[in-house]
Amino acid sequence: MMAAVDLATVWAFIIAFAVFVYIVMDGFDLGLGMLFPLFPAKADRDVMMNSVAPVWDGNETWLVLGGGGLMAAFPLAYAVLMPALYTPIIAMLIGLIFRGVAFEFRWRTTAARNRWDIAFAGGSLLATLAQGVALGAILQGVHVEGRNYAGGWWDWLTLFSLLTGIALMIGYCLLGATWLVLKTEGALRDKAYRLSWVLLFAMLAAIAMVSLATPFLSIQYAQRWFAWPNVILVAPVPIAVAAVTALLMRSLAQKQDSRPFFLSLVLFALSYAGLGISMYPYIVPQSITIWQAAAPRNSQIFMLVGFAGLVPLILGYTGWAYWVFRGKVRAGSGYH
Amino acid sequence: MLSNLDPIVLARAQFAFTMSFHIVFPAFSIGLASYLAVLEAIWLWTGREVFLNLFHYWLKIFAIAFGMGVVSGIVMSYQFGTNWSGFADKTGPVIGPLMAYEVLTAFFLEAGFLGVMLFGLDRVGPRLHFVATLMVATGTLISAFWILSANSWMQTPAGYAVNPDGQFVVADWFKVIFNPSFPYRLVHMVLAAYLTTSLVVGAVGAYHLLRDPHLAGPRVMFSMAMWMAALVAPIQILAGDQHGLNTLEHQPAKVMAMEGHYQSHPDGAPLVLFGLPDQAAGRVGYQIAIPKLSSLILKHSLDAPLAGLDTVPRENWPPVPITFWSFRVMVALGFLIFGLGLFSLWTRWRGTLFVSRPLHIFALSMGPAGFIAVLAGWITTETGRQPFTVYGLLRTADAASPLAAPAVGSSLLAFVVVYFTVFAAGAIYILRLMAASPHHGEQGPRGDMPARAAGITPASGVAGQGALP
Repeated sequence: MMAAVDLATVWAFIIAFAVFVYIVMDGFDLGLGMLFPLFPAKADRDVMMNSVAPVWDGNETWLVLGGGGLMAAFPLAYAVLMPALYTPIIAMLIGLIFRGVAFEFRWRTTAARNRWDIAFAGGSLLATLAQGVALGAILQGVHVEGRNYAGGWWDWLTLFSLLTGIALMIGYCLLGATWLVLKTEGALRDKAYRLSWVLLFAMLAAIAMVSLATPFLSIQYAQRWFAWPNVILVAPVPIAVAAVTALLMRSLAQKQDSRPFFLSLVLFALSYAGLGISMYPYIVPQSITIWQAAAPRNSQIFMLVGFAGLVPLILGYTGWAYWVFRGKVRAGSGYH
Repeated sequence: MLSNLDPIVLARAQFAFTMSFHIVFPAFSIGLASYLAVLEAIWLWTGREVFLNLFHYWLKIFAIAFGMGVVSGIVMSYQFGTNWSGFADKTGPVIGPLMAYEVLTAFFLEAGFLGVMLFGLDRVGPRLHFVATLMVATGTLISAFWILSANSWMQTPAGYAVNPDGQFVVADWFKVIFNPSFPYRLVHMVLAAYLTTSLVVGAVGAYHLLRDPHLAGPRVMFSMAMWMAALVAPIQILAGDQHGLNTLEHQPAKVMAMEGHYQSHPDGAPLVLFGLPDQAAGRVGYQIAIPKLSSLILKHSLDAPLAGLDTVPRENWPPVPITFWSFRVMVALGFLIFGLGLFSLWTRWRGTLFVSRPLHIFALSMGPAGFIAVLAGWITTETGRQPFTVYGLLRTADAASPLAAPAVGSSLLAFVVVYFTVFAAGAIYILRLMAASPHHGEQGPRGDMPARAAGITPASGVAGQGALP
């Protein structure tokens, strides 16, 4: 039975799933970090940080699964992409270090608290920018010879990769702002509502610009979206984006606290699906397909067993942790 | 400037640097997570407040150490690709799944329950909270299982085949995971983590007992830590000996480097206590050695022949001076820890465990010994594997990424600056927490927030300790 299943495609979806869960979960953490400078009051910052403190570590673990899973399931892609994205990856790691330690360090000092607030915001910004730039660098393709990356260490830097970097910053900020709408009250929440409006429009502009620029990167992308009959098959994506945007605007206008965050996530999911449509079946665009990069069958099957058995469990207890810390966060003493 | 340097040397320096920083945190958090589980279990069992205070006290320290372990660990998981893409491509089908299992079975478990462990006692109640603590502790051990399996496979590869692309592929998963050196390395490392933690806990206890031998919290933690050191140190010495015999069987060149045996000894090899290994000349100068003792330890016979590096092609020699010295540092510290354990047993028997200043000063000075021993041990085993990444099969030079020296050099520089800034700050915050004694009504990582907001530093809590039961 297994012979009939295309394991490479299965694993491509699994890696995509892990990366998406990472975006869903760490996106709002990082966005909230980037919004830190807009909330100078210490009480607000305490609430913001406590709203993610119990879950950020779990959120970041999905990034490790994405990286580790890529190495395990598509070692060639991992070996080519990591040197190609050398600088953005290192920058992301350093950003995540500052962001991650700030969660604890901030509470351990009065004198240097401001410094760790800057580390939290700066680290979040650096990590997000680097992730967005890496995404753009992958989309525009990398120079491969044989089984190695053969480009220079600044190849990743183009106008397009900067555009995707800024787009991701905007997107994560929207997730952060709508998360605050969900998790806070009073003046803090009202400010988050106002920010959400601005960020939503910025996000739509970013989606439009990336969508318009992508087809110019390669003929493959253009054909995927505009050639007949593909255009019929992919048309639901932009239509759905419009519909979700309308719902999101309504929920912001009617101040339904619990909705904007989840609708923003749907917007992310649609953009992400669009990226997948553009890239498939390449894992390193224009040079390496998922089948060329795939690890041997027995490696992929060995991991598939673990993945199928464990991920539902992981989602279960992660959900439980979110449930434990559900509800609005109030100033002074964490959760109520 | 950087372009004159060898990118492989820089990549190795970067891995050694980031790894050395990283290993310190799990070595501490593996032991501390188990200790926290024990403290909470005793609290639940006896209801004595001193154990809850100790639990909260060490939980705050755990939160910081664990956070630093997480962020430095993510760096490691990406280093394989950024700096060692040859390794990633060739060993990905074998090593990748082991690390993926580490993420799935350990990292998620730790991370998923960490939030509840740190902040959730009031929200879920003591029993469910204890489950969360147990899950975090279990996660740290499962993590050690997988990562040491992967590391051991690089030392003693088994159960593999090589495909036409030059990749290692798996022939037998059981043989890959339970490769020949894995059980020994796992036992040795987990015991090392427990010892490291017991030395830290013991040093903090001793520090407070030196100031006031009547403090309840420090007495309890000091006593527990000294039991741990006294019981585990001898076991660790035995485990280390067995690990060494296993290395002799599977990686003889590493043992030759550890022993400083450049020459073969057909009728009994001496145990070189000290000396200056000279890699170019292939001899150990100024050596102080005990005749035939090395053969007795390694072969259990005084006259057993032992081969030296003269039987190994020179291009396959590990860097003897580093391996030789780091091994001696580890062993010396191991015996010092053993000595501390014996000393504590003696004072315990005499009833002076909590008042013996020499013991407390000894324990305090041994606080960092576990970390140094762990680092020395890892340097021994990793440099002893050179010049291979996968022992005997993949040379380190063929494992590196095709990167120019400026790229590797600048990222190394960035990591050095960031690590020293960030982790030094973390170390200061941990030491500051340790400088305050656990007190009555000790709070968890966020519990004392309003107090701190009012400008009261944690040290002021010392005043409350007289109220301890």
